[in-house]
Amino acid sequence: MLILDCPYCGATCDETELTAGGEAHLTRHGPGSEDVDFETYLFMRENPKGPHFERWRHAAGCGKWFHAARHTVTMQVFGTYPAQTVEPPQEILDRISEAHPGWSWRSYGDRT
Amino acid sequence: MSHRLPTGGRRLTRSRRLNFTFDGKAREGVQGDTLASALMAGGQVLMGRSFKYHRPRGPVSAGHEEPNALVGIGQGSRFEPNQRATAAVLHEGMTAVSQNRFPTLENDIGAVNAKLSRFLPAGFYYKTFLWPASFWKSVYEPFIRQSAGLGRPPEGEDADRYEHFHFHCDVAVVGGGVAGIEAALNAAREGKRVLLMEQDRVWGGRTITDAGIDGIELGGQSPEAWVEDRIAELAAMENVTLRLNLQGSGVYDHGYLTAYEWVTDDRPGADAPRHRLWRIRTGLIVTATGAIERPLPFAGNDIPGVMLASAVRDYVCDYAVSPGKRVVVVTNNDDAYRTALALHGAGVEVPAVVDARPEVKGPLAARVRDAGIEILTASGIKALGGKKVSEVKVCDIDGDGTPTRTLRCAAVAMSGGWSPVPHLWSHCGGKLLWDEERAFFYPDPDRPPLGADGKGMVAAVGAAAGDLTLSESGVLGQVTLNEHAMRPVWIMPTGAGPELRSKMFLDYQNDVKVSDVQLAAREGFVSVEHAKRYTTLGMATDQGKLSNINGLAVLAGEVGSPIPQVGTTTFRPPYVPISMGAIAGEARGKIFQPLRRTPIHDWHEANGADWEPVGHWRRPYTYLKEGEDREAAVNREVKNARESLGLLDASTLGKIIVKGPDAGRFMDLLYTNMMSTLKVGRCRYGLMCSENGFLMDDGVVARLSDDTFLCHTTTGGADRIHAHMEEWLQTEWWDMKVYTSNVTEQWAQIAVVGPNARKTLEKLGGMDVSKEAMAFMDWADGQIAGIPARVFRISFSGELSFEVAVPANRGRELWEKLLSAGEEFGVTPYGTEGLHVLRAEKGFIMIGDESDGTVIPQDLNMQWAISKKKEDFIGKRGQERIHMTDPKRWTLVGLQTLDGGKLPDGAYAVAEGTNANGQRNTQGRVTSTYHSPTLGHGIAMGLVLNGPDRMGEVLEFPGTDGRVYKARIVDPVFYDKEGTKQDV
Repeated sequence: MLILDCPYCGATCDETELTAGGEAHLTRHGPGSEDVDFETYLFMRENPKGPHFERWRHAAGCGKWFHAARHTVTMQVFGTYPAQTVEPPQEILDRISEAHPGWSWRSYGDRT
Repeated sequence: MSHRLPTGGRRLTRSRRLNFTFDGKAREGVQGDTLASALMAGGQVLMGRSFKYHRPRGPVSAGHEEPNALVGIGQGSRFEPNQRATAAVLHEGMTAVSQNRFPTLENDIGAVNAKLSRFLPAGFYYKTFLWPASFWKSVYEPFIRQSAGLGRPPEGEDADRYEHFHFHCDVAVVGGGVAGIEAALNAAREGKRVLLMEQDRVWGGRTITDAGIDGIELGGQSPEAWVEDRIAELAAMENVTLRLNLQGSGVYDHGYLTAYEWVTDDRPGADAPRHRLWRIRTGLIVTATGAIERPLPFAGNDIPGVMLASAVRDYVCDYAVSPGKRVVVVTNNDDAYRTALALHGAGVEVPAVVDARPEVKGPLAARVRDAGIEILTASGIKALGGKKVSEVKVCDIDGDGTPTRTLRCAAVAMSGGWSPVPHLWSHCGGKLLWDEERAFFYPDPDRPPLGADGKGMVAAVGAAAGDLTLSESGVLGQVTLNEHAMRPVWIMPTGAGPELRSKMFLDYQNDVKVSDVQLAAREGFVSVEHAKRYTTLGMATDQGKLSNINGLAVLAGEVGSPIPQVGTTTFRPPYVPISMGAIAGEARGKIFQPLRRTPIHDWHEANGADWEPVGHWRRPYTYLKEGEDREAAVNREVKNARESLGLLDASTLGKIIVKGPDAGRFMDLLYTNMMSTLKVGRCRYGLMCSENGFLMDDGVVARLSDDTFLCHTTTGGADRIHAHMEEWLQTEWWDMKVYTSNVTEQWAQIAVVGPNARKTLEKLGGMDVSKEAMAFMDWADGQIAGIPARVFRISFSGELSFEVAVPANRGRELWEKLLSAGEEFGVTPYGTEGLHVLRAEKGFIMIGDESDGTVIPQDLNMQWAISKKKEDFIGKRGQERIHMTDPKRWTLVGLQTLDGGKLPDGAYAVAEGTNANGQRNTQGRVTSTYHSPTLGHGIAMGLVLNGPDRMGEVLEFPGTDGRVYKARIVDPVFYDKEGTKQDV
C-alpha cells in the first residue's frame, strides 16, 4: 500500500486513491511508423529491479495524471512530478544517483 | 492426568465458575481460563485429531502458535471452525466441538490413516492421483473431497457485525511485553503519537512468569509492579493509545500495518462488532513480538501430553494447571529448567530433566539440582503412549535410540530452543541473519524493510530482535541472566534410524515428519520452497510457527548445506488466520458496494422490475406482470415497441461533454469517424478504439455548439471512457485546449420508441418534433410538458424514436407524464433484454457482445465508420498491423437456425479436422442470440471465417447439451433492412 504525493493537489495519497498507469515517458508512434517502433511503443516495457518511472492517476481525488520515480524492490519514492513532461526532473535523477550510484533506466542513470 | 493445582493461577478468579460444553458434554472452568486450560483442568488433554493421519493430539502451546488444539466454537450462525483452544478465552455457556474425527474424538475411524502412514509419504497426492485420467471424476476427486477441509463452515448468515478501524500514528508498537512497553514509553516521551498493542488479555508478556521464577527485579520493582506502573504512565499520556486483544497481523508497503482485534468473542451477542480490522498508517512499526519456543524432534513428540516447556510453565503459573502428575522435562538449553522449577514449586513431580548437552552448568541447573531433580545429560528420549503420554525411554543423544532408562510420566515438557518471531519484520522484505550459537534467525538491523523515504520502517526490539534475555534492555540493571550455551538438536537422538524418524513430527497439523522432509530432499526437492510445498510443511493454518526452523534444519542436514544457505520460506500476512467478517468489515449486504440508481429507479422497483446489474447500476431486465415469465414479458415489451409505443429508461447511458477550441481536433483523434465535420444540431454514431486498434466503445455524438460535443457512451463505459479521454489529454496531447466533464448523472434520459412516439410527445407539447423540424439524427433543445428538455432523434431499435434528456430531478416527472400520455397507445416500458432484442433484430452491434477486446470495427463490417481521410486517430496504426488486415479474420454475419430455435450463446461453429489437442477445428462463434418475437424465430449474430462471402451456407454448432445446432449464414439485419420504420 504505497503512499505517493500528488504534485497537483498536494495530497498525500494512499494507493487506494490512485490508479496505476504503467511505464512513464513512452513516445507515441502513430500511423506511418515502422512496425518495430510501434511494437516498442505499445508492448516493450522496462521491468527493472530498481528505480523505475511510472504513471499514476489521482483517480479518487483531483483526477490528474502524474509521474512517480520509485524503487521497485525497496519501494523508496524518489519523487513525483506532473505528467506534462518528456523528461524526469534533474533533481529526481540526482536523488536516485545519491541512493543508488551506478543505476540506469533506459538512457537515464549514472554513466561511468 | 492433567489437573488443576490447588494454588496459583495468576489469571484465574477461582470464585467465578463458568459452565461450558465440549463435544456436548458439560464442563466447568473458572474466570480467566482459556478453553485449553479449562479442559486440562478437567483432565482432558486430547483435544483434536491431526489432518492427515488423524493422530490424537493435545495442545502443544499456550498461545496463538498452536497447531494441534483446533476446535469449533459457537453455535449456528456464530459458529467458527479452527479456533485455537489455547487462545480462546473461556466464557459462560461456551460450546466447543472437536474436529477432524468421526464418530467421536476418542474413537475415530480416520485414525486408520496412521496405520497406513508408510503408504502416505511426502508427495503422496502428486504420486498417486495421476493416472488414469478417467479415475479423476469417479475415484480420486470424491476421495480427496471427502478427506479435504478442516472443520465445518458456520450455518447461515454470520449473525455478528465487523468493522474496519482506521488509525494514524508515528509509532505503532506490536507486542506489550517488557520490550514493547519500553519502546512505547521512549517514543511517547519524545511526544510521538504512539499505539501500543498486545494480542494477549494482559500486559507484560513472558517476563512476568520468567523473571518471577528467576526471582529478579525490573528497575528495582517486581515484574508485575514494573509493568503496571509503566502501563499507567502510558495510559495517562494523551499521545498514547493502548489496546489489549489486538494482534499485529500484517505489514505492508510504506508503513501500512493491519491489526486484528478480538472484541466480543468472550461475550457472544454483545452489542459491539465481534472483530475489528485495524488499518494503521504509521511512520515506524516496532515489532516487540517476542520469541516462540521450538519443539524437539523425538519419536512420539506428538502424543497428547507432550508440550512446549514454556507452555507447561504458563499453564502452571497463569492457569494453575499441570498437564500431569509426573512431568519429564527434555531440553537442549537452560530455559526449560525454569519449567522444572515451576512444576516443582507447584508440587508436581519432575522425574528428571533430560538434557541433550554433555554437561550443564549455570545457576538454573544448580537450582534444579538443589531441588533434588535428577539431570540426565547427553541424553534424548522417545515418548510412548496412545491418547496420552505413559512413559519416556531415555537414550544416548548421539546413539541410535537404544533405551537406557524408562521414566513413567503423564506429560513431557520439551524445549528445542527459541526463535524470535520475525513475521512482521519479514512481511515487507526485512532480512534475517542466522545466529549460529543460539540457532535462530533474527532481524538484521542493517536491512530493514524501507518506507517511502528510503529509511527503515520496521524496527525489532527485545526477544523479537534476538535479545532473548533482555540484556540490551535497561530494565535488568546490573543483573545478567547467565545461561549456559544451548546445543542445537534437529533429530533426537542424532543417530535415529528410519523407524524413529518416521515418528518425529515436525509439522503437527499437517503430519509432516522428519522422514518426510528427508524423503523430499532425496527426491530432489532441495529448495526450501519446494520441500515446503511437496511435504506441506508449514502450510497448515498455523503457518509453521513451530515447525519451520526444525524442518529447514532437517532439510539442511539432509542436503548438507548450512542452515542460513537453505533459508526460510516467505513470511506472509496474516500472522494468524483472521475472520472473513473482519476482512469484509462493514461491506456486506446492502452496503457491500455502492448502488447507482436512476431517477426512475423507484418506479421500476414498484412496477415489477426484474433487476439486472450493469456495473454499479441496476437496470430492469424486463418488467414482470402477474403470472408472466421472463420470456413472455420480453416478447410483450418488444412487440409493443414495434407495434405502438415503448419506453426505456436510458439514464444510465454515459454522457460526457468535450469542450474547448480544440474539441473538434480531439474528437477526431478519439473516434474512428470524422467528428469535426459534424454540424451543430446534428448527431453521429461513432466508434472508439484502443491504441491497439480494438473496439472499446460506441455511441451517438451530438454537436452542441462549435466548441462543444456531447458524447454518449455505453452504460458500463462512462467512467472508463471519461478516464480514457483524460489520459490522452493529460499525458499525450496536453497542448490541446479541451475540457471534459462526465455529466452522466446530471441527466435523466428516456427513449420514447415506436410508431406512436411522435404522437405521444406532441400530446405533451412544448416543442416541434415533426419530421420537418426534427429529421432523423437531429437534436434540439426545448421543453416537453413544461420540462426543459434536449431531444435527440436517434434510434437503437429501428423504430421511430426520440431520446428525451431532462435534468435528473425532473426524470420521474417526465416518465409519469409519458405513461399518462401514452396510455391510449398501450404504452409499455421495456427493459434491457427488450433493448437487446430490438437492436439484434436490426443487426446493431452491442459492445461486450459483438466486441470482446479482440475485435476491430473491420471485423464487424463497420469500415463505413472508419475515416480514411484522417491522418491519425487512436487505433489507426494498430489496425494497420498484418494480423489486423488478415482476410482470415472472422467477420460478422447473421445466423438463422434451420429449425427456428435459438442458438446457444457463445457456441462455436466447427470446421473439418482437429487441432493439435484433438479438438474439432472451429470457423466461427455466436456473439448474440435471441428469440425474435417480431419474426417468430431465433436470430443470432456471429463472427465467421469469410462469413460475408458464404451467405446461405449452413454451419454446425455443437451445444454443451450434446445437440448439434444447424444455422444458415444470413444478413445480420433481420428486420426492416431499408430503415423505413425509423425514417417517418
